[in-house]
Amino acid sequence: MEQWVRVCRTEDIPLLGARVVQRPGAIDVAVFRTAADRVLAVVDRCPHKGGPLSQGIVYGDRVACPLHNWSVELESGCAAAPDDGCVRTFPVRVEAGEVLIDLAGKVDALG
Amino acid sequence: MRKMRLVLVGNGMAGVRALEELLKLAPDLYDITVFGAEPHPNYNRILLSPVLSGEQTLDQIVLNDLDWYAANGIALHVGKEVIEIDRRRRLVRAADGTEAEYDRLLLATGSNPVILPLPGAKLEGVITYRDIGDTQRMIEAASRHAHAVVIGGGLLGLEAANGLKARGMDVTVVHLMQWLMERQLDRTAGGLLQASLEKKGLKFRLAAQTKEIVAGESGRVAAVRLADGETLAAELVVMAVGIRPNTALAEKAGLHCPRGIAVNDTMQTFDPRIYAVGECVNHRGIAYGLVAPLFEMAKVCANHLAQFGIGRYTGSATSTKLKVTGIDLFSAGDFGGGEGTEEITLSDPVGGVYRKLVLRDDKLIGSVLYGDTVDGAYYFKLLREGRSVAEFRDRLMFGESNLGDTGHLGQNSAAAMTDEMEVCGCNGVCKGTIVRAIKDQGLFTLDDVRRHTKASSSCGSCTGLVEQLLMAVAGGDYSPPPKLKTMCGCTDRTHADARRAIRDHRLLSIDETMRFLEWRTPNGCASCRPALNYYLISTWPHEAKDDPQSRFINERAHANIQKDGTFSVVPRMWGGATSAGELRRIADVVDKYRIPTVKVTGGQRLDLLGVKKADLPGVWRDLGMPSGHAYAKALRTVKTCVGSEWCRFGVQDSTRMGQELERALWRMYAPHKVKLAVSGCPRNCAESGIKDVGVIGVESGWEIYVAGNGGIKTEVAQFLVKVKTGEEVLEHAGAFLQLYREEGWYLERTVHFVHRVGLDYAKQRVVADAAGRRALHERLLFSLEGEPDPWAERATGADRAQFEPLAAEPATV
Repeated sequence: MEQWVRVCRTEDIPLLGARVVQRPGAIDVAVFRTAADRVLAVVDRCPHKGGPLSQGIVYGDRVACPLHNWSVELESGCAAAPDDGCVRTFPVRVEAGEVLIDLAGKVDALG
Repeated sequence: MRKMRLVLVGNGMAGVRALEELLKLAPDLYDITVFGAEPHPNYNRILLSPVLSGEQTLDQIVLNDLDWYAANGIALHVGKEVIEIDRRRRLVRAADGTEAEYDRLLLATGSNPVILPLPGAKLEGVITYRDIGDTQRMIEAASRHAHAVVIGGGLLGLEAANGLKARGMDVTVVHLMQWLMERQLDRTAGGLLQASLEKKGLKFRLAAQTKEIVAGESGRVAAVRLADGETLAAELVVMAVGIRPNTALAEKAGLHCPRGIAVNDTMQTFDPRIYAVGECVNHRGIAYGLVAPLFEMAKVCANHLAQFGIGRYTGSATSTKLKVTGIDLFSAGDFGGGEGTEEITLSDPVGGVYRKLVLRDDKLIGSVLYGDTVDGAYYFKLLREGRSVAEFRDRLMFGESNLGDTGHLGQNSAAAMTDEMEVCGCNGVCKGTIVRAIKDQGLFTLDDVRRHTKASSSCGSCTGLVEQLLMAVAGGDYSPPPKLKTMCGCTDRTHADARRAIRDHRLLSIDETMRFLEWRTPNGCASCRPALNYYLISTWPHEAKDDPQSRFINERAHANIQKDGTFSVVPRMWGGATSAGELRRIADVVDKYRIPTVKVTGGQRLDLLGVKKADLPGVWRDLGMPSGHAYAKALRTVKTCVGSEWCRFGVQDSTRMGQELERALWRMYAPHKVKLAVSGCPRNCAESGIKDVGVIGVESGWEIYVAGNGGIKTEVAQFLVKVKTGEEVLEHAGAFLQLYREEGWYLERTVHFVHRVGLDYAKQRVVADAAGRRALHERLLFSLEGEPDPWAERATGADRAQFEPLAAEPATV
């Protein structure tokens, strides 16, 4: 079952930055905006030691975790080699500038 | 569109390394075909000696197995020697008729061993030492025969002799010169080496010429006859008298080959479609036979094959290490001495230790180490950097352990450590883990080790130990990176290049800088963006625009992120002095926001730990105190003692001086954090001796010390100048810090900055040149003018979005 939610407008997320979406009773979701204006969403918890990815530096389609500088690919949710580990990603749609996330979308690895 | 075709001739270390580098840069640019004359995938030729001596197996020295070629879509032809290049039709042809067309051709045909034109040189049992086949022949001969003669007492000859001895043969080394390894060792070290090898049972004939190789009844070699008439029994003769670039193929194709295939600094031959790397090339008149230069060539070549067109190979300094178990020997540079050079030697023939350092103009130009080589990497680094050693010349002989990197337990010799001992305290990496990674993954560089093990990737204090392990395990093949390392993987530019370009070309934004310097990545990475952002705002204050997304979270959120994602808040207290009103407000904030921990910091401030990000603006508003910048690469605190106002020993008002400094310098961003201290008398209770700028009050004025550090490695601050008045303290301290702000590399503390540029330089700019000092100080004041208090701005609503989480509102799609 899909569970789409509206979270903000694209321009509410800084370019090469992120915003945090709170979910009652679940871990926050980090919504990123890349330089190419792609919007991507992953669980806001680094697969390494749980750092808040939303607070990291965004470059290309990756984010560097602020705690220990793991580099996480936002599309796959997986850490770049040789580091190993993945976080769950969420489907995102941008409709008329509104960012929509499917919170029940594809469960890749860790929730 | 059809992909371009790249053909590599020579499936060895240099060529395959170039492919690896190319695949990193441009994985889809080429269809790649590889020809190798040997019937093996790429293996580590340097480790043939341990295979010969039985310490490693062939499987262990394979660098790229067949799966690697398959996984990268590379067509591999092993056991096929290319015998012809048709440059007109752009194809290569192997001996068996296999053909491959190319758009780019890479030659890495290596070298051939020199075979002396002696009578009997072609007899069965006379071999050279170059590849797996030679190694297997030696191992096989050792199992069936008793006597071996090795002709040549150089590096390769001695490794061969040692391996054969280890396999039970009676081995004699015949060497034309007066002492062993004369190209790497002086006579003393050569003599020590000979004595050690004799103890292992090897025999030597020095200054001896081979006249003839004599056949036995079976037709196999039976003896070697020397010029003086002596005859040595030998059923195996190994010729190890040198190598010669293998240029037969290139010459046949009409390429210019003056003792090696001539290449330019981009590794291109006279035919622009053909590149060459490795032992087969002649670069600026030199043919290299060691692996470190070959890897540097591979990297440059890959860059050009990938059509990035940046990077030049400009030659390498080389070092040598003998891979004979139980013998430690290291040699680099010009150790012969001569006109204008000075030698420092340490010789303990009984203890088996010998060290010779050769200097010219206060720079290290050569070194020979015997018996204890742990400092080899350190000396080689000094040699390559060409740094003046005048300041620590008296301690130079005692090596880096005397000056440099140590592990967290204070070890400074990796060799003495057991496998379970921790090398990297930050990431909990033991020696055994690092050694295994170097061996199993075929790692050669410090960066490789950092990527694969995390050792030395955090605070970096164990870098020296990791380099020692690389030296010991990868052998002389590892060379420490030259000092001018590139900023990060996004560019081949150095920090110096970036600073210069920003200044000289008036670059005002990160985008502009990356375009100008031809960055490889669209928007850099987490290491280069913060550096560029700092260089821009420090070079062009009030003009370059600060980019918050290129700052680490702490500087974006103006608080310190903690392991659980909460933040800590340190309000500024000028000179460490506070008041009942401030303390009351702090107490109220702690209650109101349920802040779990309050702690006094090392810099005499109060730290409120465990604040939620969303609460930060409210906390700042309720505190009503300025930002303490405890989170930033900026002025942190000015620590003070009580001073003459209260202390019965105080001779100067250190608290007031500290407050004046702090008010003058706060909001000052810098390459790294900056800590100050002011003490009111030489008892120095504020610990001014380990601060970036430390001030000590004396009866007649103030002494200023700079470049101290109490962190990873304690460094005592160095005396800069003594002044009379508080104004002079402000001007000198400000000028020194501005010099650091303008010329330091990002993340370089003042201690490393001064180490790099020299204290004399800092004194010249800040003390001797009064007009220059005032100019520096004025530029600092200009930078700080109008710089806001980040907390006050955000307490009143600026930058609100980053502190507010988004709510999810159900939507139908």
